Amino acid sequence: MDLQELEKRFQEKIDKEIKIEPNDWMPDEYRKTLIRQISQHAHSEIVGMLPEGNWITRAPNLRRKAVLLAKVQDEAGHGLYLYSSVETLGADREATIDDLHSGKAKYSSIFNYPAVTWADIGTIGWLVDGAAIMNQVALCRCSYGPYARGMVKICKEESFHQRQGFESLVTLCNGTPTQKAMAQDAMNRFWWPSLMMFGPSDDESPNSAQSMKWKIKRFSNDELRQSFVDATVPQAEILGLTIPDPNLKWNEETGHYDFSPINWDEFWQVVNGNGPCNKERIEARTKAKEEGMWVREAAMAYAEKRALKKTA
Amino acid sequence: MSNREWPLWEVFIRSKQGLNHKHVGSLRAPDATLALANARDVYTRRSEGISIWVIESNNVHASDPSDADSLFEPSDTKVYRHPTFYEVPDGIKHM
Amino acid sequence: MKNEALYNYVLRLGDDSLILGQRLGEWCGHGPILEEDIAMTNISLDLIGQAMSLLDYAGELDGQGKDHDALAFLRFENEYRNALLLEQPNGDFANTMMRQFLFDAFRKPLYEKLLDSTDKQIAAIAEKSLKETRYHLKHTSEWVIRLGDGTDESHQRAQTALDLLWRYTDELFFETADDVSLVASGIVPAMNEIKTQWSKTVLSVLEEATLIIPTNNWQFEGGRKGVHSEHLGFLLADLQYMQRAYPNMKW
Repeated sequence: MDLQELEKRFQEKIDKEIKIEPNDWMPDEYRKTLIRQISQHAHSEIVGMLPEGNWITRAPNLRRKAVLLAKVQDEAGHGLYLYSSVETLGADREATIDDLHSGKAKYSSIFNYPAVTWADIGTIGWLVDGAAIMNQVALCRCSYGPYARGMVKICKEESFHQRQGFESLVTLCNGTPTQKAMAQDAMNRFWWPSLMMFGPSDDESPNSAQSMKWKIKRFSNDELRQSFVDATVPQAEILGLTIPDPNLKWNEETGHYDFSPINWDEFWQVVNGNGPCNKERIEARTKAKEEGMWVREAAMAYAEKRALKKTA
Repeated sequence: MSNREWPLWEVFIRSKQGLNHKHVGSLRAPDATLALANARDVYTRRSEGISIWVIESNNVHASDPSDADSLFEPSDTKVYRHPTFYEVPDGIKHM
Repeated sequence: MKNEALYNYVLRLGDDSLILGQRLGEWCGHGPILEEDIAMTNISLDLIGQAMSLLDYAGELDGQGKDHDALAFLRFENEYRNALLLEQPNGDFANTMMRQFLFDAFRKPLYEKLLDSTDKQIAAIAEKSLKETRYHLKHTSEWVIRLGDGTDESHQRAQTALDLLWRYTDELFFETADDVSLVASGIVPAMNEIKTQWSKTVLSVLEEATLIIPTNNWQFEGGRKGVHSEHLGFLLADLQYMQRAYPNMKW
């Protein structure tokens, strides 16, 4: 079968919403795009453990400590499901991780911002996980089987995280003036970076059209961002928090909230390594892998010794 | 080949009410004991009383009969084309 | 107080779980491989859960309306009753696994005996916690063996960890005159029984790990009496910070 025919059959499957599975023929570009997207998604989960992990030892009570431990553990698990999906495409997990450490591979820019107060933890759960969920629900219908299935599992767990983050903020906003101010301060710092999580406008994204055709991407960045704003504004009202955007306004005509333009300079700077925490995040992950090498080697050495003993 | 990173294992879980083991994903482990332990931690965090199978990915053999046209590799192939399933002689760079 | 002897006993159990859970939580995001990160966080979570149950019970026995948070966050250093072993810094992965193993090998037989306690509440806590502890012990035993009998480097690190931590193990079996009366009432087991089980497990695993037990049996103690190492202060500064900086608020 020639290339044209293969591509035609492949596109037909996609158009019929038939999932593409690991051993199916697929265009190189489809494979490459997914490897990049899924591994960067996985890296985001792992790097995302760091700003929150920061607060495990300082959680204000034992229940919050336990909830945060469980959440960060879930995130590690999500990273693992995603690495597992990317390996089915012929990528090596550790090689993609080395790309993360070298700067070749990216991860979600939001995790380059610091988590400086306890209110940040609730805010991350509410806004950051909220934005991630919007993205992830769409990906549950991605054309690549393992990725879509991984996303279904992740979505189930993620909604629990968002609710807990929101609940933490409800407690703060109904607490003392100091606590309410802490929550407002966190909102002020995380609102815009959360909107940036959806990425640049699609006319700025060269691969968007092909990704849509292959059903790797189901909605545009702007569509998802708008859905997020529309869903979140009423939630902020319930909390009694002010969104740091003087131009945020309900538009009766469009049925959506209008909001100010995003500072794309900041976005590109942060994505390209100049965010407040990029250096620390990558250093922490690189250190963990390097310092863990002797551990991984020890386990392999032991396994090999055992295997030899068996055959002896 | 001196790849000291842990090999890949496929994980299959049968839930309490389940009749059979379902493939849930993969993980890295140095041997079967830790593979089972890790599978419990990663794939069963929210449930109890289940059965876990782990198989080194390299040892799973697959064919895909659902696709009648030869849009898949011939019989007795690997479950997917993972780089570590294939031996590369030392000295070959960039692979 | 309803039962001061039992209060002190339960407080020790609760503090052990709390301090060790806190230490393990520090590894989150920094483990030697993703799968181990999840495993250690899982153990930390179990320990914090146990701390909550145990400290709640201690609060009840104390009879002053204190819950697990009041005890966990608002005592002074010399009021904590955890063994010194648990407040030691994590060090490298070998040190963390060795510390955990030595502790798990103590907790498992202890919980097993507490299942038969005449105190129903402690028996219930033991039943729930035993499942978790069995799993912890299996996990850490496997690691001690792999590190001891892995590479030269891992063997060296495991031996160093054992040499360092062995001196904190006797304190786990600390028993007061008050405890003896609890033993007589069938509420808790005698520590020498627990030590026998512990020794069996530890000797067997260390032998398989090709590790050597230190010959100098000089032992440290103090934690059980509220006399702690320099490490606890820093640990508590982290643990207690929010409640001290923002007193009397709900979270």
